Amino acid sequence: MKGLYRPGDSPIHRLAPQCKLVAVVLFAVVVVATPRERFWAFFLYALTLAAVTLLARVPVGYVLKRLAVELPFVVFALAIPFIGVGERIDVMGVSLSVAGLWAAWNILAKATLGVAASILLAATTEPRALLLGAQRLRVPQLLIQIATFMLRYLEVILDEMRRMKVARESRGFTPRDLRQAPVLAKSAGALFIRSYERGERVHLAMLSRGYTGTMPTLRDDRAPKAQWAMAAVLPVVASAVLFVS
Amino acid sequence: MTLDVRDLAYAYPDGTQALFGVTLSIARGERVALLGPNGAGKTTLVMHLNGILTPGHGEVRVAGLPVTKENLKEVRRRVGLIFQDPDDQLFMPTVREDVAFGPANMGLRGDDLDRAVVTALEKVGMADAIDRPPHHLSFGQRRRVAVATVLAMDPEILVLDEPSSNLDPASRRELAEILKSLDVTVLMVTHDLPYAMELCERSVILSGGVIAADGPTREILADGDLLAEHRLELPYGFAVPSPPGRG
Repeated sequence: MKGLYRPGDSPIHRLAPQCKLVAVVLFAVVVVATPRERFWAFFLYALTLAAVTLLARVPVGYVLKRLAVELPFVVFALAIPFIGVGERIDVMGVSLSVAGLWAAWNILAKATLGVAASILLAATTEPRALLLGAQRLRVPQLLIQIATFMLRYLEVILDEMRRMKVARESRGFTPRDLRQAPVLAKSAGALFIRSYERGERVHLAMLSRGYTGTMPTLRDDRAPKAQWAMAAVLPVVASAVLFVS
Repeated sequence: MTLDVRDLAYAYPDGTQALFGVTLSIARGERVALLGPNGAGKTTLVMHLNGILTPGHGEVRVAGLPVTKENLKEVRRRVGLIFQDPDDQLFMPTVREDVAFGPANMGLRGDDLDRAVVTALEKVGMADAIDRPPHHLSFGQRRRVAVATVLAMDPEILVLDEPSSNLDPASRRELAEILKSLDVTVLMVTHDLPYAMELCERSVILSGGVIAADGPTREILADGDLLAEHRLELPYGFAVPSPPGRG
């Protein structure tokens, strides 16, 4: 599974994943804490992210295209000025709610900055490294293990799904409308049971190799202070902007 | 004796009796094929060897150590179980982490751990794949890595479940060469009689939950009546000449 990751060898790529994770979370907190009237601050945040993008040698288009995940929020945000109540203002002949406009701007600006920062994180950190970073930050073992297995078995399960599709179609099944839904539902059920049984077999394989409930930590991948310092630049710049503005 | 199974009987919780008193000893360095029709209890027997199932009656010893709850950790180091589907065996995101899983559970860390991982992968000719995710490997390569995952634990005995299943002829031969090159006791569960003939000097037929035959592979495979009685057949075109001095 490749996902958002974009292989590279920039200073950002080399940063320890736990440092990047903390930096992105703190950055998001500062962004969210910024009063919505301070347009300048948001502009400077965006500039900071642009600098990181440049440093990571990630094409700007790559980030912009992936901002599309935000679309459902955008639609929601754009609807607010129309349905908002209170004082209204005419923009090009359309009556809009002032409070609604502020709310929409607030959501759009903050969400876009947060999503962009997350995309940068994902583009410069392998999914596996992200999980190791989260583990380092003491995210509960169980969550890490679930995500790790998902990473390993997503392809296997997708393959299984493709085989089931081929098997259905080989026997003349073509999904046309809702009437075929029960067949697909049964396939989904079968896939669930197969995956569940695989889970049991994997568990046996783990027990056979001495698993006792916790995953062994293989390396002590503590990040050097310099890496933390470098990662701190992003949230520190952001909070400086917040205080000055 | 590396493996000592005595009077082993087992019934599943639903009451189905799978084993009716199995006695089997394997000496150090032997390679033994465990043959038998589907449903003979082969997998049930294998699950007892490292304590995943607990005997209803009888006992299992690995290199003298009884398989009990207290000894489970050491038993699981001594018995390297390799499952049929390498996707079940390889559950970590990279080959390195997967091979390291066993020895790390045994307490190995740092350089010792790295060395164990690399050595095990070299033994199966997969050292180049160390940082790759398992799903990017071919089926044959995955099975070889699966062998490495247990070799890294330095086992007394390697137990393989259908090692040749789903392999193309070249991968099948490569795996055979690897197994022959290893200096370890092997118990191999298989339906692939020519593979048993190639790799194992001794064969055991498990049928209906009891040991039905135990002897040199060549003699067992030459006995057509014995094979037929237990739903075993040599593939079309194969024949094992009867050993001299016998029927």
